[in-house]
Amino acid sequence: MSQEIKTFTISVYTENNIGLLNRISAIFQRRHINIESLTTSQSEIKDVNRFVIVVKITEDHAIKVVKQIEKQVEAIRAYYHTNEETIFTESCMFKIKSNLLFEEPQIQNLIKESHARIVTVNKEFFVLEKTGRRHEIEELREAFNAYGIMQFVRSGRIAVTKDEMKVSELLEAFKNQ
Amino acid sequence: MNTDTIKKEKNTSAKAERITGSEAIIRCLIAEGVKTLYGYPGGAIMPVYDELYKYQDRIHHVLTRHEQGAAHAAQGYARISGKVGVAMATSGPGATNLVTGIADAQIDSTPLVCITGQVPSPLLGTDAFQETDIVGISTPVTKWNVQVTKAADIPEAIAKAFYIAKSGRPGPVLIDITKDAQFEEFDFIYEKCTGVRSYNPVPKTDINTVKAAAALINAAKKPMIVWGQGVILGKAEAELKAVIEKSGVPAAWTILGASAIPTAHPLNIGMVGMHGNYAPNKLTNECDVLIAIGMRFDDRVTGNLSTYAKQAKVVHFDIDPAEINKNVKADVAVLGDSKESLALLLSELNENTHDAWHQEFKALYAIEYDTVIKGDILPEKEGLTMGEVLRQINTYSKGDAAIVSDVGQHQMIACRYAEFNRSKSNITSGGLGTMGFALPAAIGAKMAAPEREVVAIIGDGGYQMNIQELGTIFQQKVPVKIVVLNNEFLGMVRQWQQLFFDKRYASTEMTNPDFVTIAKGYHIEAKRVTKRDELEAAIKEMIASKSSYFLEVCVEKEDNVFPMIPSGASVSDVRLS
Repeated sequence: MSQEIKTFTISVYTENNIGLLNRISAIFQRRHINIESLTTSQSEIKDVNRFVIVVKITEDHAIKVVKQIEKQVEAIRAYYHTNEETIFTESCMFKIKSNLLFEEPQIQNLIKESHARIVTVNKEFFVLEKTGRRHEIEELREAFNAYGIMQFVRSGRIAVTKDEMKVSELLEAFKNQ
Repeated sequence: MNTDTIKKEKNTSAKAERITGSEAIIRCLIAEGVKTLYGYPGGAIMPVYDELYKYQDRIHHVLTRHEQGAAHAAQGYARISGKVGVAMATSGPGATNLVTGIADAQIDSTPLVCITGQVPSPLLGTDAFQETDIVGISTPVTKWNVQVTKAADIPEAIAKAFYIAKSGRPGPVLIDITKDAQFEEFDFIYEKCTGVRSYNPVPKTDINTVKAAAALINAAKKPMIVWGQGVILGKAEAELKAVIEKSGVPAAWTILGASAIPTAHPLNIGMVGMHGNYAPNKLTNECDVLIAIGMRFDDRVTGNLSTYAKQAKVVHFDIDPAEINKNVKADVAVLGDSKESLALLLSELNENTHDAWHQEFKALYAIEYDTVIKGDILPEKEGLTMGEVLRQINTYSKGDAAIVSDVGQHQMIACRYAEFNRSKSNITSGGLGTMGFALPAAIGAKMAAPEREVVAIIGDGGYQMNIQELGTIFQQKVPVKIVVLNNEFLGMVRQWQQLFFDKRYASTEMTNPDFVTIAKGYHIEAKRVTKRDELEAAIKEMIASKSSYFLEVCVEKEDNVFPMIPSGASVSDVRLS
């Protein structure tokens, strides 16, 4: 088993119940694992939530953590994947002073080249939204930094996996038991 | 609640009745077959106690003297009976006092349902009087927990709680019920839970893994079994016995596996682990196939993992997939219920006797007997030993007693020397090592199995951690036998200080009260023994007594427990002195 520390995306399908976030995060806390990012949302299945958790750990650790998560009564299934096995993205927002749009022509080029989207513009500020890989967002942030950013926020990773996870089949099997 | 997520036993005959949430709690417990529960009243659980008063002819509530006592009593009840133990407490301190017992039940896989009262739901999060986030606090130490704020959610929560507590690998669950939900009226109907869609309690056993395991065992020259509590929890004692007898494989046990196979069985080769027997520890590192059954390779069993059974192929039977490869890599893993998987294994095994291999165990046992056991159980020195007390208890209980031990030296001695004829007879805090466990656990054990002799064996330190439960013994007239092995030290810590901290006895010496007077204060018959010639008669009298009995035995102050695998050492480096 590889003892190399790598980035893993842990995907968890769960019931939509209060307290599960606490239960799942406690599994990482106990093992002194820092969570790089955590996103939770509705999944493709009605009333089933999906957690996307990014951690930097060894594969050995990833296997054990996934088993501990699956052991939780209200966790339906959990999986771990490498970056290569997932399609992933992050999203971010910039709030920037509006006068810069007119005073710094380079800013308009930056927006165009980066495929960032203008969410709103008013007299004081405008808001940009950009979705992409971490390095693209970081490049843009650094570029805007030269002019001044009023606010910046980035979401955690969201990811879908290349392989099938077959959670629906599992739930269907329970229904037909 | 999303009701599609669980399966229920349809209760078509019952008509919905309009009752309060608190009455529903009691009705649910009765429907789950609960006859006895342990607890302590307080503000946020008072409506439930009011119902307990009305239903007292159908359900017996035992008032302990501390909520920790209630949790451990419920554990003792569960461990001896295999049924779910139930504990109840109020919000805030009542709930937090349960936590040690819950953590103990979690690590020792004991089925427990804990019900706590909570402040009324409009006050949640306001730092109300006796408000504490017990769901948050208990999350890491429960198999499942939930807060209920509406009466209508109570039956499903309790049904789910009992199902989860006892199914698969058992464990504790906690239901926190707000006071307004207890008062609220609703249309009650109870349907037992039979499945939870996100939860697979018993993984299906793959016959191919069983065949692979059998092939390894059949080909082995020096196979060794180590079984754990999974055999007892899976009610697989007969299957294990048949496997051992057919295959001829020497079988050792973990502390929680003790009593699943009678101590006197010729293929029972004793206990593994830090203070286990010499032969099974030593030969763990010489066997060619190690068959672990319903055990989890705790660090107290394995010692240093990097030198543990490295020469052996490991076969691991367990119900919990998270245990496979957690500490020790399994060459073959057999998932599933031990009763079923061992029955499948039995039909695949060849008959064998492994006589030469057994001789190796016998030779090492002889060394352990001469250097350790003889001096422990048949001492020639003046001071009394813990081992001779156990020998006398064995003699007069004829091996039929359930031994409830606390934590420390006396626990190791009890587990090493107690003779067991039947399963579920060794009740002790294994994983958590909770001092204060034994006295309340013995109460629960005796109440669950009144026909059995229940002997609590406790050190002078642990005894004083829950000594208040003498009040429960007195009030409930629980005929438990209490043996305090008094060495006026926190003996195990003192032993470590002697061996590893140059005898710096920091805060381990105890100036004790007069334990006999204390017991008598609770109207419990009590005796103190300080000399060998008084011991046998005292134990005979204690076992013969029909009521509760307290016996203090003043033992040698600075005796050590051996064999011992020093912390971090290899199992093969087990020391005899």
